[in-house]
Amino acid sequence: MAKFAKKKDGDLPAVSTASLPDIVFMLLFFFMTVTTMKDSSLLVENTLPNASEIKKLEKKDRVIYIYVGKPTREYQKVFGTEPKIQLNDKFASIGEVGSYILAERAKKPQELQNVLTTALKVDKDANMGLIADIKQELRKVNALKVNYTTYEGNAFNNLQ
Amino acid sequence: MPRRKGAPEVNAGSMADIAFLLLIFFLVTTTIETDAGLDRMLPPIEPPDTDVIIRQKNIFTVNINKNGQLLVEDQLMDLKDLREAAIAFLENGADGTCNYCKGRRDVSSSDNPTKAIISLKNDRETKYSTYITVQNELVGAYNDLRNRESQRLFNRDFTDMESEYLNPETPSSIRDDLKDKVKRVQDMFPQKLSEAETTSN
Repeated sequence: MAKFAKKKDGDLPAVSTASLPDIVFMLLFFFMTVTTMKDSSLLVENTLPNASEIKKLEKKDRVIYIYVGKPTREYQKVFGTEPKIQLNDKFASIGEVGSYILAERAKKPQELQNVLTTALKVDKDANMGLIADIKQELRKVNALKVNYTTYEGNAFNNLQ
Repeated sequence: MPRRKGAPEVNAGSMADIAFLLLIFFLVTTTIETDAGLDRMLPPIEPPDTDVIIRQKNIFTVNINKNGQLLVEDQLMDLKDLREAAIAFLENGADGTCNYCKGRRDVSSSDNPTKAIISLKNDRETKYSTYITVQNELVGAYNDLRNRESQRLFNRDFTDMESEYLNPETPSSIRDDLKDKVKRVQDMFPQKLSEAETTSN
């Protein structure tokens, strides 16, 4: 019958790519929702230690971050290699921690001001002396809830 | 000229390219943040009005020196044994009022879990990673005991219940139910972890 043209053998049918944009958009939305934009660039090295008994920090708006660690390589010439504190986008001295916490607290809505957590993101090579000073400063401004931010993992990996 | 029917179709072939471009942009610029860690409360700066007398046997002292070595109850200890030692201390139950404790009831150790206090001291030169490991083990000791009691009472891990309770997405009807359970287990082994000011020598 002439109405049915014979299919050529060995010719693969083309795979339809019409749904490719949909798939890619799905991926795009996934990444857009699960990732958060970095709000401050890190000036310090920040390899967190591991811990297993961790709790998740829910509700980002109730957290104040303090970074501690060695300055990264490009800042080492100016600031040296001793661990330093980073508040927002700049290095700070110990005395500025208290006023920073108070300023950040004042920015938050009234009802959240009593439930704030201070997240300490400290490099694992930092010394406890600096942390003890920060803790003392936090106690002075009555920011008693702290969270030592860590990676999830076996805590004994820290010792190597 | 003859008019065509309807609007001409827009070529959507490059849609995938545009979407890929956006996808790659988001992949590169964003980082998945690790916001989890050990929750701790610092002691208030004003000392309490009334002096509380704590008997020496109710305090479990942990000292970390600058080399990361541990001195637990005046004895050198390996970090791996710390959790077990802390558990043994917490559920010792020397005065016999704690009916869920499985400790040895050693008279020279803690009276009961509500009185037992762990005191953690560290040197200024202690490495932060060592400190976190010790904190992790001590919190782990509390969690192990709480999980055990929680399993016995509610057939569920305490840590699991607590994280569901703290999760803002949990419906409030479940939350109210969990609140009492969490509180009950917490009261069985209240977390009393004191961090005194550090010493420099």
